[in-house]
This record gives sequence, C-alpha cells and structure tokens, in this order.
Amino acid sequence: MCDTCGCSTEGGAVLRKPGQSDYHLHVNEHEHAHGEHHSHEHGDHHHEGSGRKVLLEQDVLQKNNLLAERNRGYFEARGIFALNFLSSPGSGKTSLLEKIIPALKQRFPVAVIEGDQQTTNDADRIQALGVPVIQINTGSGCHLDALMVNRAMKELEMQDNSLLCIENVGNLVCPALFDLGEALKVVIISVTEGDDKPLKYPTIFHEADICILNKIDLLPYVEFDAAKCRENAMRVNHHLEWFELSAKTGEGLAAWQEWLEATMAQH
Amino acid sequence: MHEMSIALSIVEAVEERARQEGAGWISEVELLVGKLAGIEPESLQFCFSAAAAGTLAARARLAIEEPEGVGECGECGTTFPVNFYYAECPACRSLRVKILTGEEFLIQSMTIEEEEE
Ligand SMILES: Nc1nc2c(ncn2[C@@H]2O[C@H](COP(=O)(O)OP(=O)(O)O)[C@@H](O)[C@H]2O)c(=O)[nH]1
Ligand SMILES: [Mg+2]
Ligand SMILES: [Zn+2]
Ligand SMILES: [Zn+2]
Ligand SMILES: [Zn+2]
Ligand SMILES: [Zn+2]
Repeated sequence: MCDTCGCSTEGGAVLRKPGQSDYHLHVNEHEHAHGEHHSHEHGDHHHEGSGRKVLLEQDVLQKNNLLAERNRGYFEARGIFALNFLSSPGSGKTSLLEKIIPALKQRFPVAVIEGDQQTTNDADRIQALGVPVIQINTGSGCHLDALMVNRAMKELEMQDNSLLCIENVGNLVCPALFDLGEALKVVIISVTEGDDKPLKYPTIFHEADICILNKIDLLPYVEFDAAKCRENAMRVNHHLEWFELSAKTGEGLAAWQEWLEATMAQH
Repeated sequence: MHEMSIALSIVEAVEERARQEGAGWISEVELLVGKLAGIEPESLQFCFSAAAAGTLAARARLAIEEPEGVGECGECGTTFPVNFYYAECPACRSLRVKILTGEEFLIQSMTIEEEEE
C-alpha cells in the first residue's frame, strides 16, 4: 500500500451499471500468483559478484501499453472514436459530457465509460441522457488503466462508428502515463484553478491533444488570465487544440462541437 | 501518486523473466527513469520494497539512473538541456522544442543469483 496516494495493491477496480444494483464485475489487476518459491528469510549473506546480469530494456508500462494497443485495434476495427477526458476533480468533465451528448447523439451513437474511485453518481447523470454507460470504480486506484477499459468496453453495448467518451479519475498526475487505447486525450481545466496549472502538471498537458478551458462564465468573478493560461499550455505543448467554453451556459460550446464532429467525420 | 501500481508492474516483469532464466533470486534491478518521465524516484524506491515483498525481488536493490532532459529546437536545430516540458530554445526563443532524451522509463537489466543452500 502506497501511503503517498493510496494506490491499492489488492482489491482492484469494479465495474457497475446505473440502475442495476445487482451488477458488479471485478477487474483483476494482478492475476499472477507469487508461485511456489519459498521466501528467503536467511539473512544478509549476499554473494556479491556471483550474480548474472540479464538485459531487459523493457518499457515499465509495457503491459499497459500492449493492452492499450489492443483496445485501440478493437476501436479502429469497429470505427469507434475514443476520447480520454482528464482533469482535476470538479473541473467539469461530467458537466461537459451532459451538455454536449444530447446534441452529438443526433449525429452518431455515443457511449460513455465513467471512472471514479467510488459511487455511480456520474454514470447515473449520463444514464439520464439515454446513452449506454458503464461505471468503473477504481477503489483506492487513482487512474484508469487499459485493462479496466478493456473489461468495461466488453460490457458496454457500443455500436459501430460511435463516439466513446472515457471520463478518467479526477487526477492530473498518473492518468497521463496510462494509455487506454484512446484516439485523443482531452485535458480540461477550469477558471477556478490557477492559470499556471499547465506549468505545474506539464506531463498531462504534454500528452494531451486538446485542452478545454471550462467555466468561462465565471471569468468576471475570478482572477484568472485566460490568455496567460493558454500561453502556458502552449509552452508545454505547442500542438494543443485550445477551446474556451462554459458547460453551464453553453458559451463557446459550438466551436468545440464543430471541431469534434469534423474530426469524427475524418476519422 | 501512481508509483505503487508501477512498482508492482516492475516486480511482475522482473519476476517473470527471472523464472524463465531459472534464477534463485534477484539481487539488483536497474531502471532508467528520465527526468521528464513524471516519476518520483524516491517514491518509487519506497513502493518497490513493499511491492517486492514475498517475491523473487524481495531482496533486490533498485538502482535508478536518471537521464537528463535534452531538447532540440524545431526552428533552428539547436540542442540544449531541458528540465521541464515548457522549454524555450536558448538560441532563437522558439517554443517548438522536441524532446530527445529524458522521457525514458525502462527496466534496463537485473542481476540474478543462483538458488542458495
Ligand atoms: N459556473 C460553472 N460551473 C460549472 C461549469 N461546469 C461545471 N460546473 C460545476 O462544477 C462542479 C463540478 O462539475 P463536474 O462536471 O461534476 O466535474 P468533474 O469532477 O470534472 O466531472 C459542478 O458543481 C458543476 O455544476 C461551468 O461551465 N460553469
Ligand atoms: Mg465527473
Ligand atoms: Zn464482488
Ligand atoms: Zn494513479
Ligand atoms: Zn501510489
Ligand atoms: Zn531555436
């Protein structure tokens, strides 16, 4: 057990469906048994120098990356366009989905995977929009990984050529490292956070394809320099597509929606 | 942070390979963790000992090499050290910087020992 953040070594994630209280499925993170080798409790008599060096040169995240590629292959084969939404807790990921899905589902089928440590609250909010949704509860885990998404997508009734929105666990640190097989990463930041956020969490902004500045309806009430925030984000990643909008009032939403529809069409 | 799940995948990877090699136990694991990889080496060290308990890597020393970040300017081609993603070219001030090194996150090697006793 890591007491920095509390990622769990046991337990693992659970899938849930809104309105189906009897449905839950465990995602086993570590299926390997520790085998039959006896534990070495015989002191510190290391035989220095007697060891043999074995080269691995293997990516630490290789297992996740390989599974993410399998997810990606599955999505591509079915024409599914997957977006991975990342932000701090409360930046407005679920609100944005709630706002945009009713319009998008007129154009193409939409499905949602919700990631949260606990509760199906967000999945319930999406369920109300009438699109297929599944909840991944990561427990003490602070990010989604490719295995969780692999299990979840098999449980979700997705149509071919649909848009799949994956809402990651609210966290700007480790979700950046775990590829899920998505086509694009969307990072959301809101004007109630600092405009230096891209500099504080550069990895996630560097990995992202799209950055959405949300809650611009609150700009008159907060000290937040949108231009500076954008500049900071661009310093970290000059390829970022940048949008400013309010999931509450709908201001700026059309530009993002048009961009998304155009990208879907090319896909 | 995420270091615990990462420590577990490292232990899993080295244990699997050590078994294939017929090792008794693992005395050292060498990692390459670039300065820009988004990993805290100290936190990883801490999580590693917990993750390795009861495995072939239980007594392994974790050696972490941390390559410095090096960027290349997309405008003028200058290469220069970077310690963050928001690097600026020292020659022409461009922000179009391509990261050459510093993002590594690899299990380089491990040292395996014969079964004792
Ligand atoms: N004023 C304002 N509030 C917003 C906006 N978007 C979301 N919120 C509020 O921010 C809070 C967190 O939103 P939520 O969508 O649950 O964030 P998530 O944790 O990223 O999914 C809720 O109280 C929302 O009503 C916005 O554009 N403007
Ligand atoms: Mg949410
Ligand atoms: Zn159960
Ligand atoms: Zn995490
Ligand atoms: Zn952790
Ligand atoms: Zn330059």
